[in-house]
Amino acid sequence: MSVVELHALNARELQRAERRHRWYLFGSGLPALLLVLLTFVLPIGWLFWLSLFDANGQLTIENYTRLLEPIYVLTFVQTFKISIIVTIACVLIGYPYAYFMIKGARWLANLAMGLLLVSLWTSLLVRTYAWLIILQRRGIANDLLMSLGLTDAPLALVHNLTGTVIGMVHIMLPFMILPLYAAMKSIDPIYNQAAAAFGASPSRAFRDVFLPLSLPGLAAGATLVFVITLGFYVTPALLGGGKVQMISMRIESDVSMYANWGAASSLGVVLLLTTLLMLFIVKKGAGLGRRSE
Amino acid sequence: MSEDLKLSMSIDIENLTKTYDSFAALDDVSLSIKSGEFLSLLGSSGSGKTTLLMALAGFVRPDAGSIRFGGREMIFEPPHKRDVGMMFQSYALFPHMNVFQNVAYPLKLRGYGRAEIRQRVEQALATVELDHLIERNINEMSGGQRQRIALARAIVFEPKILLMDEPLSALDKRLRETMQLELRRLHERLGMTVVYVTHDQREALTMSDRIAVMSKGKIRQIDTPVNLYERPANRFIAEFVGESSCLPVTQHAGLLQFQGRTLKTGSAVEGLKNPSLVVRPEKLQFVAAEAGEYNHLHGHVADVIFQGESQLVQIDLGEGMAVAIRRPTRSSESNRLPARGEAVVLGLHPHDTLVVGNEP
Repeated sequence: MSVVELHALNARELQRAERRHRWYLFGSGLPALLLVLLTFVLPIGWLFWLSLFDANGQLTIENYTRLLEPIYVLTFVQTFKISIIVTIACVLIGYPYAYFMIKGARWLANLAMGLLLVSLWTSLLVRTYAWLIILQRRGIANDLLMSLGLTDAPLALVHNLTGTVIGMVHIMLPFMILPLYAAMKSIDPIYNQAAAAFGASPSRAFRDVFLPLSLPGLAAGATLVFVITLGFYVTPALLGGGKVQMISMRIESDVSMYANWGAASSLGVVLLLTTLLMLFIVKKGAGLGRRSE
Repeated sequence: MSEDLKLSMSIDIENLTKTYDSFAALDDVSLSIKSGEFLSLLGSSGSGKTTLLMALAGFVRPDAGSIRFGGREMIFEPPHKRDVGMMFQSYALFPHMNVFQNVAYPLKLRGYGRAEIRQRVEQALATVELDHLIERNINEMSGGQRQRIALARAIVFEPKILLMDEPLSALDKRLRETMQLELRRLHERLGMTVVYVTHDQREALTMSDRIAVMSKGKIRQIDTPVNLYERPANRFIAEFVGESSCLPVTQHAGLLQFQGRTLKTGSAVEGLKNPSLVVRPEKLQFVAAEAGEYNHLHGHVADVIFQGESQLVQIDLGEGMAVAIRRPTRSSESNRLPARGEAVVLGLHPHDTLVVGNEP
């Protein structure tokens, strides 16, 4: 066998090895692909399918046209309103909290992180009931407000929008703070030093350098909070006392009270699409603000 | 000329001390830097050179001492009120600003008008030959370009003092050597006082008016590059600056002896503690036999190392001592190169015969 033939033989064998390697890569990704297909794509497809039929099993778009009725529109508006309020509150509380964890004394920052994690690891239901107790008519919050003389009579802090928002902000805060903290942690302190060296006061350096560099983290946290809040059920159901209607609660009543799977599914589909739209908008917006490597 | 109109400012450092736990980063450092001088702080890591620079910039708060810029006490001033130009080792260019915005930042903070900012930024970028990249993003820039942008940002507001923290250490060797010469020319043109931190003794020798060699939080010697190299104050400096071998020398009745022979020196040497003979590779030459005025070292060739522009021949002097001799790579001479193991005699001129003591 000549050298040329030998090399051609090598080339063929190398190509075969390359093909085997590609099949291997595809094969090792396959289980994950099947799992996603089975647990996400199929149920969502089924949900979409269900939303196209009425109670008698007839193909229809009435489940979608019904969403234009005032009662549904109102629910959507209220859901978005609450989500926006909760997101803004989480930004206003979460940003200073995360900033403090970055800049504060080490032990205080560790304590702050510990408290945050304990809160995150405590059952959602336990925390919601705790707020119910704290905010009730004769609860700690009202006692405190009255003993401080801020109010004469107990305030209605729960079973309304106020209580719902307070509870949801508390539950959502870790989802705001943790991404924000990670983003702030990755900002090299050298940038603040550079700003100071060129004449920026600490507040100016914060405004010109730290704040813009932390915006991607803020966007990530805010998106997370907003999206989770849109579909939130337990806390608004318990703390809202029936006065607060969110989409998730409407879905629940459609299914459990009227057994109307078509109506519930269409709500689910619209909620999913609006969420995706929001994510898309935020991603566009954050992309414009971010030029870091 | 009033102080305000000058291009540069003097720096006076007195009794500066900074201790971290029990580690003295700065140990009673005093240093006067003349207006317009290019001074390098040279030392290995942990020597205190960066701490000293950061104290000048205001990022390190000393425990005691005084720092004066142009006679004005600065030790209590926060960094943003010190009005110095600064170049960081990692450049610290703002990733969310483009080239123009980065260079314009110091001017913006100083309240310049839009037109003037534009003009000055363009001028500063032209100085570093990057004016064509003015609207580009920082993450599109190469290491060398970032270095130049950082330089433009540091000089754009014409600071009277420019502090530089190993600004060239991230560049490759060729670019670094080019930038050394450019920085020196820039300093000659703009005339500000420069404090330059480096661990690279060659860089310090190339660029500086004076070099302060630091170790363990103290300045060990401060002198011109030539004096530092040719007249090191002690063995530590001799070993730190340039290539050298330090060989123990014995003292007999005021005479210095090495390998049983009395050393002839250019200038009188007396009263040294544990004296060492400092031998630099380029000062040595092969000699056929002992001849008149030279000092002589006897040994065997241990290794011959080809380094491109020169060859380094390592000579074993016995008793655990070794020196190296550098010879230019020249074809007319290469055939006279001794072979490994060959016995050789090396000549050292008395003027190049440097004897130093251990640290004072």
